[in-house]
Amino acid sequence: MDIKNKISNIVPNAEFKEQGDLIAVVPADSLHKVAEALRYDKEDAMDYLREIVGMDWGETLGALYYLESTTSHNRIVLRTETSDRENPMLPSVSDLWKTAIIKEREAFDFFGIKFIGNPDMRRLFLREDWVGFPMRKDYDLKSNELNMSNEVNADTTEEYSLNPDGTLSCKHNVVFNPEDFVVNIGPQHPSTHGALRLRTALDGETVKKVDPVCGYIHRGIEKMNESLTYPQTLALTDRLDYLSAHQSRHALCMCIEKAAGIEISERAQYIRTIMDELQRIDSHLLFYSCLVLDMGGFTPFFYGFREREMVLDIFEETTGGRLIQNYNMIGGVQADLHPDFQKKVKEFIKHMRGIIHEYHEIFTGNVIATTRLKGVGVLSREDAISYATTGGTGRASGWSNDVRKHHPYAMYDKVDFKEIVYTEGDSFARYMVRMDEIMESMHIIEQLIDNIPEGEYRVKTKPIIRIPEGNYSASVESSRGEFGVFLESHGDKSPYRLHYRSTGLPLVHALDSVCRGEKLADLIAIGASMDFVIPDIDR
Amino acid sequence: MGMREPKIRSMKYEEFKNNDYLEEMVKELNANGTNVVVTTADQLIDWGRSNSIWSFLLGTSCCAIEFMTLGAARYDMARFGFEVTRNSPRQADVMLVLGTITNKMAPLMKRLYDQIAEPKYVVAVGGCTISGGPFRKSYHVVNGIDKIIPVDVYIPGCPPRPEAFYYGLMQLQRKIKLENFFGGVNRKQPKPVEE
Repeated sequence: MDIKNKISNIVPNAEFKEQGDLIAVVPADSLHKVAEALRYDKEDAMDYLREIVGMDWGETLGALYYLESTTSHNRIVLRTETSDRENPMLPSVSDLWKTAIIKEREAFDFFGIKFIGNPDMRRLFLREDWVGFPMRKDYDLKSNELNMSNEVNADTTEEYSLNPDGTLSCKHNVVFNPEDFVVNIGPQHPSTHGALRLRTALDGETVKKVDPVCGYIHRGIEKMNESLTYPQTLALTDRLDYLSAHQSRHALCMCIEKAAGIEISERAQYIRTIMDELQRIDSHLLFYSCLVLDMGGFTPFFYGFREREMVLDIFEETTGGRLIQNYNMIGGVQADLHPDFQKKVKEFIKHMRGIIHEYHEIFTGNVIATTRLKGVGVLSREDAISYATTGGTGRASGWSNDVRKHHPYAMYDKVDFKEIVYTEGDSFARYMVRMDEIMESMHIIEQLIDNIPEGEYRVKTKPIIRIPEGNYSASVESSRGEFGVFLESHGDKSPYRLHYRSTGLPLVHALDSVCRGEKLADLIAIGASMDFVIPDIDR
Repeated sequence: MGMREPKIRSMKYEEFKNNDYLEEMVKELNANGTNVVVTTADQLIDWGRSNSIWSFLLGTSCCAIEFMTLGAARYDMARFGFEVTRNSPRQADVMLVLGTITNKMAPLMKRLYDQIAEPKYVVAVGGCTISGGPFRKSYHVVNGIDKIIPVDVYIPGCPPRPEAFYYGLMQLQRKIKLENFFGGVNRKQPKPVEE
């Protein structure tokens, strides 16, 4: 049955918009009913909630729910809104998808929308004493001065529920009891890979609960985007997940090109694909180095960085940047390939294939590594989908979620590659997925590197691009999961709302359920094996 | 006593920029005359201090990854004597601020800075720490950490190249070489107030 009919059967007055993505507009009071029906649909269950995007439409506040099925990979967007700006309320879907708990917290933090039934309605990124909701259109950017006092974190969360007479009642859920022994890890800690803070309740050495506190590197990129023109917004994507700089920018370029109807040349597609895969190798090598370093091994760190420098040299020759390349542009790429590019890449692949055994000899078979990784931090497939932990973490749990396979973009439908899927779901599987992906990325590059067609590397575009009204989205498989771009345009030269799907936020959210019952020392190894990058979470 | 020159091995004095700043420091040092014994001891201690800088990494984003390359074999910061990186402020001489400092992070950065024992130095790495960088107009980014803590060396870039890191850190070494230790930086720490 068509998805439109399905929704119309439940809510007869649902409207459909097809400018860009297919959006079903449902009233707030029947949102939960529709979501539940789609989630547990017999033929095609929409069990993967990609993102909840909070929105401010001026008159109304609301949210967009991006759903996907893990079997047919069909996608649908639900839109709902409320006209109450003083005290906006929407029904929570956190009982259907666990990832909604943290995504709704984000929408609450930015828009002040209270989700009825969400057990955790605290701020996510901003200080708890922050005044106002910054992503609202009427927010005064200068209204919160720099506050140098220390922040006090509440030990309780708020849960709102609706009384039968329509009034709101608030229940307090306990995060940490006074008798809990809470250890504060971060934000200044070498193994949190950035400024992440984990409040960890311990029972002896065993982890009882992990409460991640985000926002120490929240830079407000999404709000800044609303005052930048489309070409200007590109520069900020590189700084989200700096180890997937190329891929993130690829996603935004793709989204804008799709919306503005710009066709890019085949040469540019080839270049983008090769660069994406090189970036993936670069990121996974750094993952290897950091994982081992966090577990106390220092020599493998040098191994990873030795080969990583070769990739960075290739990047630098063509793009001019080592870590952050600023290479993709709307309509293609910034500059043509360096004459030595193909030679260098082939040399690198030959070298890498010849040397990867050293990585495995020093670490993979090591008895300390296997005892600390195997069987530790198990994430089941159901939880992986419910928490929406995409990328290597999801694939280690047996969830086939590779965007390159299921929604091919650039050259990925023309090359042959395997999707690496493990079923154990433990730290070791997460590690092995990434090590195998290095090989698979090299396999992809090898198929493309000799066949790069001649032609333009960039289509000329106007300096100011206007995008027709509508909602557009694009997603890529970045080094650590599905990176999505969600754009709403009102026909202006700058986006009305530009939201990024963070690859790391679901991972950090899943830490709590993965780490419970494990030892504190394993928390570090689990965190490293999940491979999150904090600036991407906080945006 | 001759003029103290901040020498760096294999790098000529003229190859550095901002030498006028150091010359000002030398002038100040010599203004009140110099004590031969103390100055010689100062030079010895400063030589040791400048070649064994222990850094405290406040790495919040991209620049921290570039700093990791310094630790790896290709750029090898052990050559300069600052390979010992500490993650506790109490064991460090210099705080390297690597990455954007947001409003939520600022009080923590100040607290970490206060925990470092004197003599202490701060290096601001990357555009974000210097001025806010690409996020200058954001509602949640501190436009320059020098508004909160004093900064000794600025290393611009987004992120800076490893060579730029070295240039900046060598400038810090040169600065340390020109300081009076006795009666100077060893006395910077205010005495605890007795109650």
